[in-house]
Formats: sequence, C-alpha cells, structure tokens
Amino acid sequence: MGEAKTILSAEGLSIGFRAKKGASGIAHHINLDLKAGTLTALIGANGIGKSTLLRTLTGLQKPLAGNILLNGRDISGYAPHALAQQLSLVLTGGLPPSNLSIYELVALGRQPYTNWLDALSPEDHKEVNKAMELTQTAHLAGKKYYELSDGQLQKVLIARALAQNTPLILLDEPTTHLDLLHKAGLLKLLKKLSAEAGKCILYSTHDIDLALQLSDELIVMAEGSIMQGTPQHLISRNAFNTIFRDESIVFDASKGGFTINL
Amino acid sequence: MQRSNKNSILFILLSLVLVSFFIMNISLGAVKIPLEDVVKSITGGTAAKETWQYIIINYRLPKAITAVVVGMGLSVSGLLMQTLFRNPLAGPYVLGLSSGASLGVAFVLLGAGMLPAALSIFFLSPYGIVLASTLGSLLVLLAVLLVARRLRDTMAILIVGLMFGSFTGAIVGILTFFSTAEQLQKFTFWSLGSLGNLPWGHVGIMATVCAAGLMLAACCIKPLNALLLGERYAISMGINFRRTRFIIIAATSLMAGGITAFAGPIAFVGLAVPHMAKLLFRTSSHFVLYRATLLIGGIIVLLCDTLTQLPGNNFILPVNAITSIIGAPVVVWLLLRRRKGIYS
Repeated sequence: MGEAKTILSAEGLSIGFRAKKGASGIAHHINLDLKAGTLTALIGANGIGKSTLLRTLTGLQKPLAGNILLNGRDISGYAPHALAQQLSLVLTGGLPPSNLSIYELVALGRQPYTNWLDALSPEDHKEVNKAMELTQTAHLAGKKYYELSDGQLQKVLIARALAQNTPLILLDEPTTHLDLLHKAGLLKLLKKLSAEAGKCILYSTHDIDLALQLSDELIVMAEGSIMQGTPQHLISRNAFNTIFRDESIVFDASKGGFTINL
Repeated sequence: MQRSNKNSILFILLSLVLVSFFIMNISLGAVKIPLEDVVKSITGGTAAKETWQYIIINYRLPKAITAVVVGMGLSVSGLLMQTLFRNPLAGPYVLGLSSGASLGVAFVLLGAGMLPAALSIFFLSPYGIVLASTLGSLLVLLAVLLVARRLRDTMAILIVGLMFGSFTGAIVGILTFFSTAEQLQKFTFWSLGSLGNLPWGHVGIMATVCAAGLMLAACCIKPLNALLLGERYAISMGINFRRTRFIIIAATSLMAGGITAFAGPIAFVGLAVPHMAKLLFRTSSHFVLYRATLLIGGIIVLLCDTLTQLPGNNFILPVNAITSIIGAPVVVWLLLRRRKGIYS
C-alpha cells in the first residue's frame, strides 16, 4: 500500500458552519490521507459530524480552516465540471419523483462528458454498460427506479457513480435500510471496486463490525479526536472505545465488535 | 435504439397533428370559408373573396398563432417548474405565477390613472403591460422559491400558490373600488382569458418574449436532466446550480408573464401538458420532453380554442372554461395515481 497514489488528503482541517455570530466548529485538526485502491470506512456516533465532513470533502461546504487537496491541488480551485470528473457521490435519502429508467439513471453519470443536449456517444453507452455489469444491475436496465428494492437501488446508484468514471467515490451511509445479507454484499462490491478498478472509496457507516472486516482502513470520529488507520492499528490504539461515551458499551477486541453490559 | 425510432415516429405524428389542427382552427369560424381558400390565404396566395382573406389574415391567423405560442410557452414553463420544484403538480397557474402576472396587469389597467401622464401612457402600452406582468410573475416565483427552500413539503408549495391567488384577488378587489367603469370592463375582459382580438403587433411582442424564454429553457436541457436526481447530485455532476436556477426562473417569468399579459390567465395548460408528454414518451429525458411539450402544448391550446367556437355561430366560450374542464380532472387523476409518493 505504501506506493499507492494519494487521491484526497486533508491537513489541519476544521469543519462546521459559518453562522452570523462567528463560526461554530464541529471538529478540528482533521488529517486524512486517502489512497487509490483503498476502501475506507468513516465511523462515529450520530451527530459527531460525519455528514459535515463528507460535505466538506466534496467541496459542497467550505472548511473553517485547513486545506483539502485532491490530486495535490486545492479542491476549491477545481471548476464544477472538472471536479465532477474526479469525484462522484452516492447519497442517502429518496430520489425526487420522476420517470427515470435505471438505464437513464446510470447514464446521468455521464453528464460531465456529454454535450449541451446531454446526448450519449457510443463511448458513453459503453461506460454505462460496463458500470452496470460491474454492479450486476444490467438486468434492471428497463425498470423504473421506484420499482426497485432498497438494495437494488443502492447498487444502481453506485453504478451511476462508476459511470461518472472518477478516481474517487464518496458514499453517505450506503448500508442503511439494508439487511445483513445486502449490507455484506454491498461492502464486498465496494471492496472489489477498490481492489480491481483501483478506485479510492470512502463511505460512512454505523455498521462498525462489518466495516472492520471488509475495509482496508477506517477513520474513527470521536469527540476531540480523529484517527485513521488499518483495523489492527486502530484496535491496538483502543480507538473504538472512544466512539460511544457510555460505560455499558464496550469494544471487545477478541470478537471485533461491541458488547453491551447490562 | 428501438425507443428512439419510436420517438421519431411520435414526433412526426405530433408535428402533422399540429399542422392539421392549425389549419382546422383557421378554417372554422362564424363565416364559412372553403379549405382551399384558407390554405391559399395562409401561403400568400389570394382567396376567392377579399373579405375571406381579410378575416383570415387579420383575425383568424393571429388567433391561431397566439394559441400555438400560448400552448408552447405555458407548457414548457410547466415542465421547467415541475423539475425545478421536484413537484409533479407544479405549473405556472397552480404556483400562482399567472395570479402574479394578473396583479401586475391590474395595477397597470386599474391604477395607471393615478400615475403622471407620461408614465401612465408608457404603462398602458403593450410593452408596459408585458413589463408589469413579467415582474408580477417573477415576484411570485421568487416568493414561492423562498418558501420552497424553507419547506421541503411539496404540498405546502402548492398551498402557497393558492394563497397568492387569493391575495391577488383581494388586491384586485380593492383596486376596483378606485377605478372607473371603463377600466374595470377592460380588466374583466382581460382576466377571462382570450386568444382572439390581438393585433399583429401584440402577437409579435408575445411571440418574441416567448421565443426568448424558450431559448433560455433549451440551454437548461442538460442541467434539468441532472436535477432529476436532486440538487446535491446535480452539483456533484458538475452542474452550476445557482446559474441554472436563475436561467429557469428568468425563462419561466418571461413566458408566463408575456403570455398572461396578452392572453390573460390561462388555467391548467402548463400543468397538464408536461404530464401528457411524459405519459406518451415514457421518459424523463428533457431533450425529448422539451420537444414533446412544445408540440403537445400547441396542439392542446389549438384544440381548446377550436372547442370554444363549438356552441354555434354567435357564441364564443372563454378559453379558460375549456382548459379548466380538461385540466382540472387531470389534476385529480394525477393525485389518485399517486403511488409510493410517485406521480406518473
């Protein structure tokens, strides 16, 4: 992993919202380093600022302090169009009502490459089909998006991000609303995409046990500290017991998961 | 690929329907004119009787062109609103844009007397009315947009549109107290909605304003597709959201304002036509929907205008009555079809 190329890095980053009466920070002194071919999970309790961090890393929200470098260049220096060719998103929450078919939805990922009428070239069709094959969603092409199950829709949204053909993919809680089978299936898909297609993938999740088993690295957000490392490294530093400030929830290193003391 | 063949056939069919409805609209009326003479007059030849030619060139042709422009402009405004607000029930009439335009026109027609003479002459000219009407619809659109940012609930946005309708009604009611019978009559006729009786000069201004709006809308085809996935996805796909929203608002205000200034508030066309296009073409691609909405919009308003002449030789129904008879059931039907929060 040592020689893998750094795609996204952050140094001395402070995130939060700029209010009228000065800024209110959520987390400070964040240092991150995301490499090509690596699957990284972002974990932390509710309200700790995972979504804010993701929004800041995608350039949707300005950092309070510090820099975010994408391919060694400050992210705020990218034009929207150029940024869309480097970074793609998979978000939580439903889609607005429309008549979109699955093929059309995945093809929207080609927007940064199409002309002003959004016409698809043979190259675009090839990329769309490739993305659908990789995510095993080709058989859904003709369906409408509202006919799909949650698990299928999540895969289709990942296919859309793949069609965007970016080295970096960020996912906001992709495993929510899925059962264990589909959670594991989805994470295995992400793992495959990072290992085989060389994508740099960051996803936020509450499924810490699964994240420990299937991610190359984790970023643990706790109050006052943010740590990044491999699962073993973080376990050895007792990072997981900092997530929940509750004595009854204890991380059991031997099981790789949490136990609850009654 | 099969789909695009089918689309081409549909587009050719719709174009033929539009042309034949256009000719049918012109050939029907109180005075019976043979089809042959109608075609001759439109294409620049001479009809058998001079009066026929006069009727066609100065009365029926501007009315038919007005119908097509009104249909196209309002329908495309509806399509833009539905995608921008992520709301299948949005349209220039439902969101109160037409009410806003009415308010602008009411101020001009009923209140111009209170202004200094030079200003009142400008505002009573067709340009002044277009300006007031466009500003009125722009104002309402900005207000709706402000509410939409605070409330994510799509129904709330519609209720705001409804409130604007009542509000403008009330203001107009107050204005009527201070206006003369002549001004009042002028405004009442205007507010019933009418495609006819427009001189060529007015048709020209309306068509120019609408053409500008349609061109702006055409520039948004790609961002509109991206907006189908919501604002955040659109931005992540490289869309400049603020600029797109600005262009959509400008285009809609121009079209809804320009049309309402001359033809009066026309109900439901902007809401119903985009849904007809979506049902017929079964797609969300705005490149297809834009063209489909243009054609179907022209066809529907031509048809409605033709229907207003049905009762007999001496009666002409207000066009608003016909569009509402067709449009209101469409809205109810859309609400009933709602599944899992999804409309057609």
